[in-house]
Amino acid sequence: MSRLSVSLPGLNMKNPILPASGCFGFGKEYAKWYDLSVLGGVTIKAATLEGRFGNPTPRVAETESGMLNAIGLQNPGVRNIIENELPALEKYNIPILANIAGSTEEEYIEVTRQISASPLVSAVELNISCPNVKEGGIHFGTDYKSAADLTRKVKDVSKKPVYVKLSPNVSNIVEMAQAVEEAGADGLSMINTLVGMKLDWRTGNPILANKTGGLSGPAIKPVAIRMIYEVSQKVSLPIIGMGGVSTAEDVLEMMSAGASAVAVGTANFVNPYVCPEIIEKLPELLDEIGMENISEMTGRSTKQWKTPLSSR
Amino acid sequence: MRKHLLKVTSNREIARNIYEMKLTGPGVGSMTTPGQFLHVSVGNQSSKLLRRPLSICDVDHDQEEVTLLYRAQGEGTKQLSQKQARELVDVLGPLGNGFDMDAIAVNKRALLIGGGIGVPPLYYLGKHLKKKGIEVTFILGYQSVEDSFYVEKFQAIGETIVTTVDGSLGIKGFVTDAMGACVEDEPVIYSVGPAVMLKAVEDRAGGLDGYLSLEERMGCGIGACFACVCPTETRKSGYVKICSDGPVFKMGEVVL
Repeated sequence: MSRLSVSLPGLNMKNPILPASGCFGFGKEYAKWYDLSVLGGVTIKAATLEGRFGNPTPRVAETESGMLNAIGLQNPGVRNIIENELPALEKYNIPILANIAGSTEEEYIEVTRQISASPLVSAVELNISCPNVKEGGIHFGTDYKSAADLTRKVKDVSKKPVYVKLSPNVSNIVEMAQAVEEAGADGLSMINTLVGMKLDWRTGNPILANKTGGLSGPAIKPVAIRMIYEVSQKVSLPIIGMGGVSTAEDVLEMMSAGASAVAVGTANFVNPYVCPEIIEKLPELLDEIGMENISEMTGRSTKQWKTPLSSR
Repeated sequence: MRKHLLKVTSNREIARNIYEMKLTGPGVGSMTTPGQFLHVSVGNQSSKLLRRPLSICDVDHDQEEVTLLYRAQGEGTKQLSQKQARELVDVLGPLGNGFDMDAIAVNKRALLIGGGIGVPPLYYLGKHLKKKGIEVTFILGYQSVEDSFYVEKFQAIGETIVTTVDGSLGIKGFVTDAMGACVEDEPVIYSVGPAVMLKAVEDRAGGLDGYLSLEERMGCGIGACFACVCPTETRKSGYVKICSDGPVFKMGEVVL
């Protein structure tokens, strides 16, 4: 146990930092830049049953302090991922969180059955919140009954703990979190991207070929903080926090809101070394506030104030 | 692959909205292959997050200096155009696979075709090919004379044909309008520009050997985010990533 270590269902991490799904491929590209064994864990790109090509390009557009993406769940299919992508990650000896997507209940169940059986996978992340494909699961993620139902069925076949990745594109995220907790989820990942759009003012046309995309980056961090803050007080599940995190300070802020671990997404594109740089800086920040173990940071915002700030 | 902080030695407008930026620093030593690019942070990373992929236009290894040409079109590249001498620029690279310099036989001629902001990498490529003893012809396409740049510098390397859409310089029309006589002795073709131009060049080349360098909006620039993919019929995966599999591909390899 080091002062940075955190423990979540299926994920024993030497530090709370893991790259977010879709922002790190299957790890091999970033492995050319640094030794991935320094990470607390890694979330791999979403797997679907069959390979998918994804959306037409352009697939990304920059926005103020953020970006829109509409990749469209491009991946080589779950069998390929298990056979050709996962083995390369084994040598780093870090927990692997496998993101799972699908168009139908049956697809989610089958992908979960296959990938959770891999000894290299530590936990699965149920992606019911991809906004970029018509049948990309977001219909499961915006209706709490469908979300609970799917969670229950995936839990039935999963050999590993299941984290449900929540969409912020809902009117009541607490209700959604409670529904999947009730259905047996082992943890939550939050938040996925916010649906957005950017137009070229000269032509009036959308920049993205998909027209809409998911907004990520520092612009959405306050939304993530607020949602984690609210949800963590109403459910007892551990939360992997994400949404615009780019510095060690952001990590501690998100843990204070209620996250037990923190995923870094878009910031990897800005600086490929961002994860190791954050990890290196965390002890310094803990010293600054006189905190011994990082796990004590989780939920500080609600512990310090006996009643939630929002109701004061 | 590395991240470098390079120092601006000059940054000036050389044609309408086209800037020439020269950067210096130890990282320049690794920039040896024409066709590769640098992923450049344009300014304030907290507001303009994404890097811009800018192709390498020239490298002076004695001076440890790399030249990038870019069009100041959006807010990000406008910020880049404000960089003053001695300021630092954060770059990743060199990234991507450049032109295969061993693939052309010494007795072959090379035809280098570029459109707009696709022109710059042809300069470094042309210099390399000439050094190999290969005769180089350029076809450079611009919107108009105000948008043209580096014409004299290209002329110093080889025969240079200019086309402009409005006819204000060189031949009126597109680069493909100037290809006719140039392809008769079956040169190897190297082309950089927007996909629609590359498609026209490929059609006009009629099966000649050649290489195309593609442009696309990128995210990570290193192959992880899947933003800049392009369909292909020759690879099992069905797609290539422009940033890490390319940006240079054999003609016919990708579906334009």
